[in-house]
Amino acid sequence: MSSTATLLVSDLRGNPRRMRKERFMRLMLFIAAAFSIVISALIVWTLFTEAWTFLSGLIDDAGIGALIDGGKAPGWYPRNNRFDIPTIVSGTLIVSMVSIVVAAPLGLGAAVYLSEYASPRARRVLKPILEVLAGVPSVVFGFFALRVLGPDLIKPLFDTTQNTSLLVTGVAIGVLVTPLMASISEDALRSVPSSLREASTGLGARKSTTVIKVVLPAAISGIVAALLISISRAIGETMIAALASGRLGQSPRTTDPRDPGLPMTSAMAQLAVGSDQVVGSTLAFQSLFFVGALLFLMTLALNMIAGRVVRKIRNVY
Amino acid sequence: MALTASISTSTTASVRAGLTESKRDVKGYVFAGALLACLLLALFVLTVLMWDVIASAIPVFDKRSTGFLVNDLASSPDKAGVSQGIWGSLMIAAFVVVLAFPVGIFAGVYLEEYAKSNRLTRFIELNIRNLAGVPSVVYGILGLVVFVQGLSWLTGGRSVIAAGITLAILVLPIIIITTSEAVRAVPSGLREAGFGVGATQWEVTRDHVLPYAAPGILTGTMLAVARALGEAAPLLLIGAITGRLASLPGESIVEQLKGKFTAMPIVIYGWANEVNKPGKRTGLTFEDLNAAAIVVLLAMVLLLNGAAILLRNRFEKRRQG
Repeated sequence: MSSTATLLVSDLRGNPRRMRKERFMRLMLFIAAAFSIVISALIVWTLFTEAWTFLSGLIDDAGIGALIDGGKAPGWYPRNNRFDIPTIVSGTLIVSMVSIVVAAPLGLGAAVYLSEYASPRARRVLKPILEVLAGVPSVVFGFFALRVLGPDLIKPLFDTTQNTSLLVTGVAIGVLVTPLMASISEDALRSVPSSLREASTGLGARKSTTVIKVVLPAAISGIVAALLISISRAIGETMIAALASGRLGQSPRTTDPRDPGLPMTSAMAQLAVGSDQVVGSTLAFQSLFFVGALLFLMTLALNMIAGRVVRKIRNVY
Repeated sequence: MALTASISTSTTASVRAGLTESKRDVKGYVFAGALLACLLLALFVLTVLMWDVIASAIPVFDKRSTGFLVNDLASSPDKAGVSQGIWGSLMIAAFVVVLAFPVGIFAGVYLEEYAKSNRLTRFIELNIRNLAGVPSVVYGILGLVVFVQGLSWLTGGRSVIAAGITLAILVLPIIIITTSEAVRAVPSGLREAGFGVGATQWEVTRDHVLPYAAPGILTGTMLAVARALGEAAPLLLIGAITGRLASLPGESIVEQLKGKFTAMPIVIYGWANEVNKPGKRTGLTFEDLNAAAIVVLLAMVLLLNGAAILLRNRFEKRRQG
């Protein structure tokens, strides 16, 4: 009886074909995941080798001083080998500050409403509309800024000289990042345990007191992360800046948001399109990579800090 | 006795009033109203944008009818149309579907189902999160250096192929992250049942995990394509054509893929920079045409987005029930 059913070790090893397939698929999946590292490496490599080419070319040609052009009229004139970095950085900083002044209250207010006040039914209607707003391409906002926001809102309200300005750009980018700000802060608010709200209500606090004194402080790290990510997004936004900022590298180191200016992304778009691309010095074209590297470092730093902050709340709850 | 005496009558009255009479929480209402106003203001901007664009687009569709959709780019607003933009955007979207979908879904599945929790895995995850935050214009630089200049023998230089690969890379983090989330939401009982009857890891993934996670993955991929359709900055760097684009009749598909190209968002960018002179025959300006082009782009992007949101909400509800 027992002689017919001999169990060999090989019977327990499984079908070799299935095992081969399993190993093959595991390898394929790993390669797909590892591909993301290749992309990062390529981005860093292209940005920094080309930025280095620009810098070494600049040292040979115009001198490193061209980066901080302290002359009588500092400005961004890539074709004349004058690359005043403060001009474009100040443009970016003003635009991102304006946009966060718009997006932070709007986004946070919308998030608090959706998470704490809205009935499930209202939420089901309002949230998708906000997501639709998030899906509108930025070039559409750029056109909208040029056509409506600039002439009809900002110009009469702030008495700007022309339709394009850093202020218009900032406001349009602010509207663009509002859904992002709202969605990240809403996640943070909803992850606050309801026991905290119940305890506060049990002590007799009003709803608004509970929200301001209990829920918001508990979600503060998520809200800070939302702010940082929104700023990073605003710094990197290109199409609105390219269309609505006025693209004036000759308005040196402006501090007035009502002036037209040249944010970093706008300078990059300008270098990439049109005549700057081919004619003129090759150094002008190379400066594209230097500005890109600078932009990359700024956004990466903000995103890394935001990631750290988010991980901290996970540890609390 | 001493205690009651020390409480003045006015205090007693106010305490009683506080406990019995209803008092409207005015500050609370104002606060809630202000929050709602924030949300409504954001939605108001969306409404104004849509209304403005559609109102200016109607005369274009009225006067030009289908000519606007089938004509090529031109220097006169009487003749210019968006056909090349639509075609370019569709070809780029096809690249995203073919390249980014498999790689992104595989990577997401690897990270959730296969990867051990070690330093390499954590590094890959951190790396993907950071890639998701890289500004799109930086991806344009990557595309310009690697695909336009470096691999020009393959891509043909400033071409649809270079643009398609670049945008596929741009949306890859979105697909990986949404796939991971969808796969993570699959109940572990499903996997254990599969392993219990002797299935290999890949068999469990293919036959149980992926079908269950499919709606979530599909939502992510639709959002990714919508993102790619609306993205203009990388294309600007890669060198999409903003002015006039001569399309040669009888070009083969490979020649089209390797040749000069444009896309819907680039058409809009180009027209936004045009001089606003009305055309002689129709009286339309490039600004009017641009509104119509935006309607076309928004129709493509928002249909995909809306479908994705609906799909997600529907499945969320079914899973809860």
